[in-house]
Amino acid sequence: MTPGEPLIRWDWVASHVGDIGQRVGEHLELTVIAVVVGFLIAFVLSLLALRVPALYGPITWTTGILYTIPSLALFALLIPYTGLSLLSAEIGLVSYTLLILIRNIVAGVRGVPAEVREAARGMGYTDREIFWRTELPLALAVIFAGVRVATITTIGLVTVTALIGQGGMGYFILLGIQLFFSTALIVGALGSVVLAVLADGSLVLVQRALTPWTRGG
Amino acid sequence: MTALGDLARWLTDPANWQGSHGIPVRVLEHIELSGFSVLVALVIAMPIALYLGHTGRAGFVAINVANVGRALPSLALLAFGLVIAISLGLGLGFWPTVFALVPLAIPPILTNSYVAIREVDRDVVEAARGMGLSEGQILRSIEVPLGLPLMLAGIRTAAVNVVATATLGALVAGGALGRFIVDGLALQEYDQLMAGALLVALLAVGTEVSFAALERATVPAGMRVVR
Repeated sequence: MTPGEPLIRWDWVASHVGDIGQRVGEHLELTVIAVVVGFLIAFVLSLLALRVPALYGPITWTTGILYTIPSLALFALLIPYTGLSLLSAEIGLVSYTLLILIRNIVAGVRGVPAEVREAARGMGYTDREIFWRTELPLALAVIFAGVRVATITTIGLVTVTALIGQGGMGYFILLGIQLFFSTALIVGALGSVVLAVLADGSLVLVQRALTPWTRGG
Repeated sequence: MTALGDLARWLTDPANWQGSHGIPVRVLEHIELSGFSVLVALVIAMPIALYLGHTGRAGFVAINVANVGRALPSLALLAFGLVIAISLGLGLGFWPTVFALVPLAIPPILTNSYVAIREVDRDVVEAARGMGLSEGQILRSIEVPLGLPLMLAGIRTAAVNVVATATLGALVAGGALGRFIVDGLALQEYDQLMAGALLVALLAVGTEVSFAALERATVPAGMRVVR
């Protein structure tokens, strides 16, 4: 952003291709770990909320507060305990996925029509079979919608973890801010947006493959 | 638990409550920055949402704006805000952060207000039209009052996001509560860092709670659920 310097210096981009690739990998790794771990925790909590409806309120209330805490603040609060580490980043990232995922898992399963559940029972399914073979597959579309939102949100939040020494594409944004170097800013910001769009697109494809019955007539 | 002890000591140290770098000044800066950004977003998004909602046009666009907004990472917005502010010669601090916060606040306001107006029972709108109310009157005295709680829900989402993200303004030499976090990180002063984080978290939760109360208070009397 020094006068006379172009917004993007392509020579810099060309000479940092390896570096960019490595940060993309880091970005994806941070995202995948967060969404997978977040999903496992959310799934267990959702099962709990579905079995004991009275727990749904407290669970969404608690994860709602976690969701409201600003990302930078949450990462900062973890530093004295877990340091500038991958663990600090992941604890924060996972916390933000919980509310989105739990809401969608519970809503998806609750949204299964009662007739379908009754029909499954009439066919002799046990409660466990009804859940795994009827409710869960039918809830998959709603659950996947949650996974998509959680993934996009996480990809955006990963950039903030650059402040605690992680960060993927956030590394370039921070570098750009520190050096006043617009090329790095744009590489980092655009890179993160492109990753989000690509990830969302891939998840749509996975969802289509998993729920073939939702397609067509 | 020494971290918590240090935190308590920092928060109770009178020196941290005075002067231009004190807690009250930083809190005010934070509120000023957030409030201004939400206001600008309202001025931009609200007329569009009301017009589209009232006429029922471009629903697809109004709804998908929210999804696009979610894909924009806050730090990336700050990066773009910085590039814009520098090229406009507006300097560091306040303006780059505003440029980052406004686009963050627009999508939830736009989408929620659009849906709020659309969701108003069409029969009620038709009845009003049949009674001879003008389109402007329908919007003012029917659609907006009935849609207000949902519109406020959108403003709440925007405000909480903005309060949370205003923290990042400290990265581009802004003031506000992010200062404590960014300085704390840079100087490895964990007491300052944690105090900043705690204050921002409280402010965000406070914003959320106040807006929730406001939403409940604005439900028209006839629409309240009697418990």
